[in-house]
Amino acid sequence: MADTEEKGRWDSGVTPYAEMGYWNADYEVKDTDVLAAFRITPQPGVDPIEAAAAVAGESSTATWTVVWTDRLTPHEHYQAVAYSVEQVGDTDQYIAKMAYDIDLFEEGSIANLTSSIIGNVFGFKALKALRLEDLRIPVAYLKTFPGPPHGIVMEREYLDKFGRPLIGATTKPKLGLSAMNYGRVVYEALRGGLDFTKDDENINSQPFMRWRDRYVHAMEAVNRASAVTGEVKGHYLNVTAPTMEQMYERAEFAKELGSIIIMMDLTVGFVAMQSMSKWARANGLILHLHRAGHATYTRQKSHGVSFRVLAKWCRMLGVDHIHAGTVVGKLEGDPNAIKGYYDVCRERYNAENAQTGLYFDQDWASLPGMFPVASGGIHAGQMHQLLGYLGEDSILQFGGGTIGHPMGIAAGATANRIAVEAIIQARNEGRDYWEEGPDILKQAGKTSKELASALEVWKDVSFEFESTDTPDVSPTAEPTATEA
Amino acid sequence: MRITQGTFSFLPDLTDEQLEAQMRYALQHGWAIMIEHTDDPHPRNALWDMWDQPAFDTEVDDVGEVMENLRLAREALPERYIKVQCYDASLGQQSARLSIIVQRPSDEPGFRIERRETHDRTIDYQLHSYATVDPPGRRYGQGESHNGAASDGSAR
Repeated sequence: MADTEEKGRWDSGVTPYAEMGYWNADYEVKDTDVLAAFRITPQPGVDPIEAAAAVAGESSTATWTVVWTDRLTPHEHYQAVAYSVEQVGDTDQYIAKMAYDIDLFEEGSIANLTSSIIGNVFGFKALKALRLEDLRIPVAYLKTFPGPPHGIVMEREYLDKFGRPLIGATTKPKLGLSAMNYGRVVYEALRGGLDFTKDDENINSQPFMRWRDRYVHAMEAVNRASAVTGEVKGHYLNVTAPTMEQMYERAEFAKELGSIIIMMDLTVGFVAMQSMSKWARANGLILHLHRAGHATYTRQKSHGVSFRVLAKWCRMLGVDHIHAGTVVGKLEGDPNAIKGYYDVCRERYNAENAQTGLYFDQDWASLPGMFPVASGGIHAGQMHQLLGYLGEDSILQFGGGTIGHPMGIAAGATANRIAVEAIIQARNEGRDYWEEGPDILKQAGKTSKELASALEVWKDVSFEFESTDTPDVSPTAEPTATEA
Repeated sequence: MRITQGTFSFLPDLTDEQLEAQMRYALQHGWAIMIEHTDDPHPRNALWDMWDQPAFDTEVDDVGEVMENLRLAREALPERYIKVQCYDASLGQQSARLSIIVQRPSDEPGFRIERRETHDRTIDYQLHSYATVDPPGRRYGQGESHNGAASDGSAR
């Protein structure tokens, strides 16, 4: 696309990005650099190295033509540098890695980080498709972010719940319940044995049920459930609203009613999320994030932003819970990719791992972990698989799998609670719960008609579809169970 | 009612053999084991009384010591809640990893919910354990009740 004949670096006109300093195969990565791995699909005839350099250029200092005003700056300092381009098998895709100096980013701002790295480049004509696969955030930059308001350990101490996944349910039907009937569902599910219930992402404040009425009735349910069980219980009150001022208004009311937790939807945007995180930290409420809308840009392997990157951003800006996939449920989720997401949510240190799609080492520098939340088409009969794939520090949300129970909502909740306790007990006893899971559950069902009934009604339910988003490297063996 | 705090409260009470298996799991991970007890089971009571110091260096093969200590606690505190907490001191955890209620009073009267209506339909909720109406030492049928209730708790 450019004229390459003996042209000086500062001659006017168009010069290939790779010749302007945006490509350097010998670049030595600094500990303080932000690193990015992009999956690049160049248009036919476009050199992959030039395509990578163009991404580095357009996500840092460059524009389409040479500008003399670069010479008023130590421009090399501000240029991103692509330093590695590798073809993916024999496809037309390449993984390009690039480095950004830490000075390119505003401290503690996910909005700025995202505007820089994914701001302009995704519509670039010379590329057929582009995907941000992973980011390495240097510790120096990470430490400018607040992280989760509570984190997994603090939340468990707050709830006094240890040693097993937390369990919850999303209130169903998603739309149409009056506030009183809504409270009924919350009460039945919590008294039956769930730790949490949850507003759905699209329950905000509609004509059939306004937010304030819902909050009042949900908190009656939470407190009554606490009284009949002696446990701390919570309902995620969704504070998603048209404006930030209204979000604060709703959050303040949730606090006033004594709710321990609020939630928000990803659709509110990074700035609103980070503001709510700050509020939640200041007011001591746990903050749950529903990733509403994420699959529009995370699902397709060739274009968009991988969920592992989104999870990193959310851990940095600070939420306590994040929906991260179920493997076995109704929504997209390759086991190895999801293991990578869960590791990003919870671990102190992520080592580079091609099998789980982690392109870089990531030191989390004592930023607390977030609870990954599994939600969508899961039921008690899958409990051994859920524990194996997702580990102990997770939240399992059975919406239909609680409310659809033939003996009622409380019975559905009891079935789920007994199932999770029985599988944990068996695991701790040293049994092979992955293999013996169905037997362990069946056995537990002998003293619980609720569990026996759940196992019967959902025995044939599974969602077996091929994943669209899988790591390039396939593992040689079955994924190992996570021991969180 | 049955208070369902703890990791396994929805299962039938663990037998000593089952409990020993859980303790072995904790010891294999190097967790410290602490026996705690209370007569105030409010869900916000995070500080149950310590039976003794946490056992930090017990070997898996010495799981019998844990069980013997638990037997002594049960014997000395017949009408109190007793739980076993297992603590993981490793970096990034530094908290409990397992929490099992291993004894309950014979009668669990539960909680009274108190609603104080404030402004604009706002309600201030408070939870009171019926048992803690009496002072420590006179709860769960121990000693004479201040509450005018029979010592077996039946009139509550």
